[in-house]
Amino acid sequence: MRRTIVSAAIAVAALTAGAVAIAAETVTASETEQDPPHLHWHFDGPFGTYDRAAAQRGYQVYAEVCSACHSLQLLAYRNLMELDLTENQVKGLIKDIQVPDLSDDGQPIERPARLSDSFRKPFPNPAAAAAANNGKAPPDLSVMIKAREDGPNYVHGLLTGYVPFDKLTPEQIKEFSVVKDDNFNKYFPGHKIGMPPPLADDKVQYADGTKPTLDQEASDVVQFLAWASEPHMEDRKRTGVRVILFLLAMAGLMYAVKRQVWSDKH
Amino acid sequence: MASSHGTPPVFNNKVISWIDHRLPIFSYMEKEYHHFPTPRNFNYFWNFGAIATVMLVLMIATGIVLATNYTPHTTMAFDSVERIMRDVPSGWLIRYLHMTGASFFFIAVYIHIFRGMYYGSYKSPRELLWILGVVILLLMMATAFMGYVLPWGQMSFWGATVITSLFTAIPVVGDSITTWLWGGFAIDNPTLNRFYALHYLLPFVIVGVVALHVVALHVHGSNNPLGIEPKGPQDTVPFHPYYTMKDGFGVTVFLIVYAGFAFFAPNYLGDAANYIPANPLVTPTHIVPEWYFLPFYAILRAIPDKLGGVIAMFGSIAVLFILPWLDTSRVRSATFRPIYKWFMPVLVIDVIMLGACGAHPPEGFWVPLAQVGTLYYFFHFLILLPVLGKIERPLPLPPSIADAVLKKKAG
Repeated sequence: MRRTIVSAAIAVAALTAGAVAIAAETVTASETEQDPPHLHWHFDGPFGTYDRAAAQRGYQVYAEVCSACHSLQLLAYRNLMELDLTENQVKGLIKDIQVPDLSDDGQPIERPARLSDSFRKPFPNPAAAAAANNGKAPPDLSVMIKAREDGPNYVHGLLTGYVPFDKLTPEQIKEFSVVKDDNFNKYFPGHKIGMPPPLADDKVQYADGTKPTLDQEASDVVQFLAWASEPHMEDRKRTGVRVILFLLAMAGLMYAVKRQVWSDKH
Repeated sequence: MASSHGTPPVFNNKVISWIDHRLPIFSYMEKEYHHFPTPRNFNYFWNFGAIATVMLVLMIATGIVLATNYTPHTTMAFDSVERIMRDVPSGWLIRYLHMTGASFFFIAVYIHIFRGMYYGSYKSPRELLWILGVVILLLMMATAFMGYVLPWGQMSFWGATVITSLFTAIPVVGDSITTWLWGGFAIDNPTLNRFYALHYLLPFVIVGVVALHVVALHVHGSNNPLGIEPKGPQDTVPFHPYYTMKDGFGVTVFLIVYAGFAFFAPNYLGDAANYIPANPLVTPTHIVPEWYFLPFYAILRAIPDKLGGVIAMFGSIAVLFILPWLDTSRVRSATFRPIYKWFMPVLVIDVIMLGACGAHPPEGFWVPLAQVGTLYYFFHFLILLPVLGKIERPLPLPPSIADAVLKKKAG
């Protein structure tokens, strides 16, 4: 009797464990279809850092392309100095940018941007942003890389994942009821995205001689936005290494003391 | 046991002696944390009480610092958290320690609870000790839930919407109660403000209940892996240095894992959608609570009826309050309960499975799986435990802790 119950219990446990395992597998299988390709990023891993050159190029892509519609309101121009740019270099980058302000007599004016200013918003308010973009305001990009599952790969996939209407299969057109003016993106949930393909080969001219392919531009802007989302990541990882080394030493010491203390009881 | 600590300590330091004569805090520490006779046979599962205490202190310390920089207003909360992450010196450190700390506090407490269940720590005379522990769990859940609302991201807002809307299931007065909780007719600034106030208050209530939990613990002393009471000095060791050192080691190892997450994967346990500012007009495709609530969320959704789901969810905690009386076996430790020993891990697997159900949208086979899991959860407490105590034949208990320890060493 007792043995039967025990075996039954083990069977139940094994069955549930099996069910969970199967469930986990089916989910990954159905979701991988739209998963963006997994790329290697300079900031991956416990010692990863931001590729400064790529992030600087990424700023150029943001400034020349994305910033027409997307704000980056949590950042200030001074933050760009964290990308190994000098104060004068940053001042050079922003010399043509005008930001809204109030004059001494309270009238709205535009004046040249200063280092202490937040990034200029492309639209004065969300309603204006929505009105100019078919009713939906383009999202702010300040924490975009953290605000999506697998953010770096997702944003890179999204920027490179557009499929022109004439390359779509009849099944895709039917299943997602795509019409000629729709933007079809492989990685966007539901595939139909309001944003037209923002990047293309030679969309920008890089000063450092890097060839501005679509993939290069997308990778660079992801590098820049990853830094924008988590500007203290390098400091965090460096601190983490020190903290863990300290704790390991501490654990070793504690263990030795504990063994010593307990030696007369074992 | 508490009365057998020997003569009151004599302090050489005159100041300490003077104070202790009037306010015996030093004698108290001597008695309860130095000489306190503690079973000599703890395994590492007994570290988790100390670990949970450390996490509580850490959460309060980091939380107070965060509170000095946070703004509880719907238009500013999200940006004020980002300001902490960007512009406050080491703000990212404090915020990530707090955020990850919540998860690790729950990990410690869940292990602590399952340890108590496996070794029957809730049985006479420790029923109140256990019940105080369940009260702490409830307070922690309320605190964690309200804390998650504060950054005012999408999951903050919609999680709060789902959970507070549960109260509308109460017949007749449900809607009024919900309006009262919200401080208005929708979740808005009054809701955020009161959640902030309560999120700051409740941790100190937890500290108070933890103090009672410890007082209750020190009346009869700790349970132990054998589940038999110490019979004399050969069965115990003084708490200090034996268990201060062992706890110190356990806490440090736990902190290594915690630091690993806090410094290298701080957002791994959270939901990416909470980095999207709250928007009452856009419902996320998939609203999920934090991982530590997922088993309860699965139980809530397993019942097709809203009120039924709410009752089942609160019932899943309520059964813990009466656990000392549901378990009819007089043997504490599962080591000597040949059948219960196997059903305990099954319960753990069941709860993990429920957690997986809670993480997925209630579609397809996740629905029946959550229902089976829920049924099994209540079956374990309401049917299995009362019946098992009657039909199970426990193994013979060792005569004493020392006897068992020495025999194990010899064999």
